[in-house]
Amino acid sequence: MSVIAPKFKLSYFIKSLTDNIFWIIVLLTLIGIPIIMIVLIFVDLPVHDGELVNPFLAFTMIFHPELAVPFLKSIIYSDFFKIAAFPGFGFAALLAAATIFAERKLLAKMQLRVGPFYCGKFEGILQLMGDGLKLISKEIIIPAKADKPLFWAAPVLFVATAAAFVALIPVAPGWVVADLDLGLIAVFAVIGFFPIITVISSWSANSKYPFIGGIRALHQMVSFEIPLILSLLGVTILTGTLSLSEIVHAQENYWLIVFLPIGAIVFFISMLAELERIPFDLPEAESEIVAGWLTEFSGMMYGLVQLGSYIKLYAFAGLFVVLFLGGWQGPMVVPPFPEEIITEGIQAGPITVQIAGLPIVSQEMLNGTLWFTLKTVAVIFFILIPRGVFPRIRIDMLLSIGWNKLIALAFVNMFIAVGLIYAGILGPGGIW
Amino acid sequence: MTAKLPPGLQLEKEDDKIMTLNVGPQHPGSGHMRLIIKVDGDFIVSCDPDPGYVHRGEEKMAEYRNYITNIPHLERPVIHDSCNILYPYVLGVEELLGLEVPERAKYIRVIAAELNRIVYTLYWLGIYGIFLGHSTMFMWPMGDRELAIDLLEKLTGARVTHSYFVPGGIRNDAPANFEDVCIRQVNYLEKRLRTYGDIFYDNPILIARTENTGILTREDAIRLGTTGTVLRASGVDFDIRTKEPYDVYDELDVHTNVLKNGDSYDRSKTPWLDMLESCNIIRQALEKMPKSGSVRVKLKPNPKGGDDEVYKRVESGRGSLGTYIVSRSKPEPYRLKMSVGSFRNLICLPYLLKGEKLGNMPAVYWSLNYWPVEADR
Repeated sequence: MSVIAPKFKLSYFIKSLTDNIFWIIVLLTLIGIPIIMIVLIFVDLPVHDGELVNPFLAFTMIFHPELAVPFLKSIIYSDFFKIAAFPGFGFAALLAAATIFAERKLLAKMQLRVGPFYCGKFEGILQLMGDGLKLISKEIIIPAKADKPLFWAAPVLFVATAAAFVALIPVAPGWVVADLDLGLIAVFAVIGFFPIITVISSWSANSKYPFIGGIRALHQMVSFEIPLILSLLGVTILTGTLSLSEIVHAQENYWLIVFLPIGAIVFFISMLAELERIPFDLPEAESEIVAGWLTEFSGMMYGLVQLGSYIKLYAFAGLFVVLFLGGWQGPMVVPPFPEEIITEGIQAGPITVQIAGLPIVSQEMLNGTLWFTLKTVAVIFFILIPRGVFPRIRIDMLLSIGWNKLIALAFVNMFIAVGLIYAGILGPGGIW
Repeated sequence: MTAKLPPGLQLEKEDDKIMTLNVGPQHPGSGHMRLIIKVDGDFIVSCDPDPGYVHRGEEKMAEYRNYITNIPHLERPVIHDSCNILYPYVLGVEELLGLEVPERAKYIRVIAAELNRIVYTLYWLGIYGIFLGHSTMFMWPMGDRELAIDLLEKLTGARVTHSYFVPGGIRNDAPANFEDVCIRQVNYLEKRLRTYGDIFYDNPILIARTENTGILTREDAIRLGTTGTVLRASGVDFDIRTKEPYDVYDELDVHTNVLKNGDSYDRSKTPWLDMLESCNIIRQALEKMPKSGSVRVKLKPNPKGGDDEVYKRVESGRGSLGTYIVSRSKPEPYRLKMSVGSFRNLICLPYLLKGEKLGNMPAVYWSLNYWPVEADR
């Protein structure tokens, strides 16, 4: 007896269809519609001359230089652009992609091999695109006993939380998606979501290795959040503010790493642990628990988790720069926008074009972005290096480092900060 | 209900606290075998190794082939160490047939065997590195292996499965410039090997990770019958190259590396020290080797052994490796038995893993210098 699908039953098929429709409706009403409403109500979509920007408007405006510049400005200075492109998700995703490529090449150089080479004309620069296409084209396999809605939700939530983290990082003066007065508290709140997502995904997979990996991740993240938060108290004590932009402004004359080196070290180590990077990659320890909490993810679900973790890496590196390395502060290296173009216009052959609204972005913004990016890349470089040097550590060593050493060091750091204020060197009434 | 499985293979939960993990054969940290591990939280309650996934019946196959045609398939259990795994068989057949091996062939055999030990041990070391999450230690040995593999290719014509040793000598003589190339590459290889100390063996995280894990005391090591690097890491001075020297090992100065603690760190360090010692042995052998002469005695077609039994053993990359041949006046061996070091070392795994943390499992398991294919034969 040969049947194509021997266990096929029409009733099961109809039930699965209705189940799927039910879950789609539930998810749409609970998540989809609120997100659409939030976007429509709270996010200022780009508006030009009282008209919502649309492709038709764009095509009419973009080819006329006198109209194009104000049009571009109205797009760039809208909230929507900030969220989707420049200080927000697009910028972070671009840096994350560059990080993945740099990591692979750097690690290859350390290990005396070539790394990605064939994909793309130059040094395998399109390798990431190839990997992404492969992941998208793969079938997504979900374990039979998995809790499907939660299992589906986990990678999406992971990327979303990482993107929320990115939104808090100020890139240049005024260029931040969400400039909160309590930015540091918001950062802690966002970081607190990652262990929950990890546990959700590992629990919903209903499999042994993800379960062990999820429990390890929970231990690791929760116990390293405490030194992470404590190490930042020094910064808050010295600057007297919780707003990330204010913290950067307070570092105009000096970087806080000069006075709080211990805090910076504690923060850096806790950061490595939060990011699950070698030597703290226990939740994904390959030889022990297959791939840890990522074991059951396949196809683009895995790709999303990887994307999220690299965006998280960028956000942590950016946070380190903002808190200890002076954020966007740095000597002015970008030349000012030439005055004569504004006053006299551009000479194009016999025609002189006067363009209103130049320059599009200010000199300070370009300079700040440049310095912030440079510093972030440097921090990311130091995050990547340990992967080629250290083996993985064990869970008991990890917990002992977190609870015994780092917390004690964080307190020492706090006393240094308080001492600096009492000695009258920093803070209100200090020398600087 | 399904049929009742033997106690070791039961996969159901016995207790709510205890979880059974099936490590392998598709687990990235198992090799061609399965470890049935029961964990209570992060602690291993029991470990039951389940080898046999790559059993190929080499011993039975040997009963249907004559002494010469046995050579290519008997080296298959460990293709990275193919000279050493063939060595005791060849020595045994030579004794059965009463062959006298030329001096030059003996020296070239020793060089090939030591080079093969380096090739095998570097492969083992690479896997040990990646088991501990140290990806640089995976890539470096895999690259440096090429040096020794190139030398063996010059010598034998093949990169891994050499079939180089034959009863009565070696298959073909070394090429003309072999000695110069060999000494140059071995010197460079030794320099590279010493850099492993900086990045791997002196690494504080590695030391903290592997020290005092899976301790095998001297008494237990002897009682459980371990061999090779595992035995020497536990403080027993036992090396067949010095205790029962075969071929020309008695004319060479072989130093045995013995470490005391018997933990995973010492067990992982002994093979590295052995590799450095192999470089020494190769240099000595190249110096003392007769520069010319015959390398193989002529054999009769289809040679027959007498009514005799012979047991020979050598020191392979994984420890003592013996071959027992029973001959009944026929061109084929009546019975052939390989006594391999991997299987002996595997026996102590359940003892070592009991009470360890799950994170130590790969460190202890692979430090036993175990090769799954060899254990199954």
